[in-house]
Amino acid sequence: MTGIRATLKRGFDRLERLLDTLFGSDWNPLANLGPLGWFLFWIVAGTGIYLFIFFDTGVVNAYQSVEWLSGSQWFHAGLARSLHRYASDLLVVIMLVHLVREWSFDRYRGKRWFSWFTGVPVIWFVYMSGITGYWLVWDKLAQYVALTTTELLDALPFFAEPIARNFLTPESLSGRFFTLMVFLHIAIPLLLLLMMWIHIQRIASARTRPPRGLSVLTLVALVIVSFALPAPLQGPADLSTIPARVGLDWFILGLYPVIDLVPPSVIWTGAMLITVLLSGLPWLPPRKEAEAAQVFLDFCNGCARCEDDCPYAAITMVPRSDGAPFPQEAKVDPDRCVACGICMGSCPSSTPFRRSGPLITGIDLPGRTLERVRTEVITAAADLSGPGRVMTIACEHGAAGVPAKGRVILPCVAMAPPSLFDFILSRDLADSVCIAGCAERDCFNRLGGKWTEERIARTRDPRLRNRVSRERLLTLWAGPSERGRLPEALRDFSARVAVLGPVPKKTSLAADDEGTADLGLATKDNPT
Amino acid sequence: MKERLHHLAMGGVVTLVLCFGVALLSAAPAWQSMPENMALLRLSFTHSGDRSASCRDRTPEELAKLPPNMRATQVCDRRRPPIYVELEVDGKVIYAASSPPSGLAGSGPSRLYERLLLPAGPHDLTVRMRDNPASDVFGYEATRKVDLAAGQSFVIDFRKESGFVFE
Ligand code: HEM
Ligand code: SF4
Ligand code: SF4
Repeated sequence: MTGIRATLKRGFDRLERLLDTLFGSDWNPLANLGPLGWFLFWIVAGTGIYLFIFFDTGVVNAYQSVEWLSGSQWFHAGLARSLHRYASDLLVVIMLVHLVREWSFDRYRGKRWFSWFTGVPVIWFVYMSGITGYWLVWDKLAQYVALTTTELLDALPFFAEPIARNFLTPESLSGRFFTLMVFLHIAIPLLLLLMMWIHIQRIASARTRPPRGLSVLTLVALVIVSFALPAPLQGPADLSTIPARVGLDWFILGLYPVIDLVPPSVIWTGAMLITVLLSGLPWLPPRKEAEAAQVFLDFCNGCARCEDDCPYAAITMVPRSDGAPFPQEAKVDPDRCVACGICMGSCPSSTPFRRSGPLITGIDLPGRTLERVRTEVITAAADLSGPGRVMTIACEHGAAGVPAKGRVILPCVAMAPPSLFDFILSRDLADSVCIAGCAERDCFNRLGGKWTEERIARTRDPRLRNRVSRERLLTLWAGPSERGRLPEALRDFSARVAVLGPVPKKTSLAADDEGTADLGLATKDNPT
Repeated sequence: MKERLHHLAMGGVVTLVLCFGVALLSAAPAWQSMPENMALLRLSFTHSGDRSASCRDRTPEELAKLPPNMRATQVCDRRRPPIYVELEVDGKVIYAASSPPSGLAGSGPSRLYERLLLPAGPHDLTVRMRDNPASDVFGYEATRKVDLAAGQSFVIDFRKESGFVFE
């Protein structure tokens, strides 16, 4: 299992690097599968509503209305029909790739189970939406779908009268049954939307909109294809015949041939087993996760930065419980905290400069405290020598996630507060810092890369202090398949830093007055 | 900006190729759900097995114990017997089975939905049903000569009033 996962992960990483060069890392479609899924859903919903204006819901007239709108009305209603269809097909592709990708990147186990678990019913609802849609066209394909589906459903002990009897003869199909299908084709997609919404409830600021450029590319491509290859119609349904040969939509109906070939009991058992197995995957086996973050009220002023920065919505601000003169305090939900440490990096109290007493911050990881990280940094410095010393602060999921001299590996680079970089430079532990995270397009911890960039660009709190020269920081966003690139990048950087010389002593002395990260003072993040 | 144009162009091509691929697989290759030159015969109907065989007269003592308004002279099983159906095509029995009653208590009618593939062409069909386990004669029987076209859907239904119906 871990072997397959590692191979797939490397495969994705390689392919995504290629797509980075074609689309740019921000428009990379593989890094935007979830948002693309939402985008496609809205295209399908919009075109569906438009089609409904022209669609006749009667058994006899349904086909005629689709034929009419695909024919003389091809330039608007016909376009809407093709878009409706191809966007649904693409949604299936996107969804399945998204599933495999989340699996191979291992972003579904342990406390991240929720999105996976709620994604499983999404699969069912996507397929059911598509199947009921094909039914409405009432062409030969619809007839095949209707017959195969009802015969499969009749194998379940739910229906008194076999529903397949509705399709025995031309006389047996009632308008009422058809109305029910129309209703289902509206109700099921609405439930799908509800499931998609639930799916992202446990992650903070989930991306449901792709970057504009990628949306434009996708929509334009779908429109071109819809005009070039309009969705076909396969002749009106005729219940006195059997559509023996049908052009199949392999995305939505790809399993129908299997239904034709295998007894219904096997199909249902298989579907149930796969559903249960997929749902249980986050616990097969569960991931051993480090202990949840812990709040130290003496060092928390209730600034809510940690709440803003936690990618898993694990922190809430609650009324103060210790009588301190602040309205709020941070509270961690241990069931959601994956111990990424990003909150520690966001807390104004997280400053390694303090000298007296134990180093405690407002929010800390019990398994990897700020104090320990400081010690690790000091230890790693001992391995560095010569001009142009580079200390690497690495994320365990990126290219630099393997132990090396002069390197400290964290669960996420955003766990390092900007003051840690300041500390390394002004304490002369190194001449420069390389911040090595996941590939730019997508961070394992969702938002770590973004927060780090913004903090050192001084646009997000806690900001990097002005006295830290940007030239001495290298950000290196690279996935695990780019490990080979690392030594050279570090060598180049080291050479550039060697030219700069050591960090000027004056500022490094001034740094030490910064001993206080305690309440009040810390909130202001006093910029110099 | 120049980079963005490059991304629009290259990304556009990739997206377009992907969407074309999707559109192509959205209607092809075709699926042959049934062999060529065959017709589908479906034998499907609903009929209740005859419970009368399970009925017996109540003894006078039993009747006396019942309240006067409930003194029906016969008691029958709630459960219905299965129905037994046979289909003969060109002199050969190709389907013969009994269908159990429906419902938890078995008090509902038997329901039948059978798919049978037949080669296109002329056939002699004979269908019979026995709904009372006490007798071994078929209470219902019908014969029909048919000429089935390839891909035709042919149905044998049953109505209580008129017996077997060929459609
Ligand atoms: C129409 C189908 C789907 C849509 C539109 C969708 C959408 C999304 C979105 C928007 C995100 C958040 C991305 C982000 O902001 O980082 C996400 C994350 C995720 N999805 Fe889906 N999803 C779909 C289906 C599925 C399915 C079928 C599964 C698996 C069974 C799944 C598993 C996950 C997982 C594991 C995450 C990551 C959660 C985390 O980072 O902790 N999704 N999805
Ligand atoms: S470590 Fe902090 S940021 Fe990360 S999940 Fe836990 S509470 Fe959220
Ligand atoms: S002081 Fe630290 S722990 Fe308290 S709310 Fe702010 S970031 Fe969170």
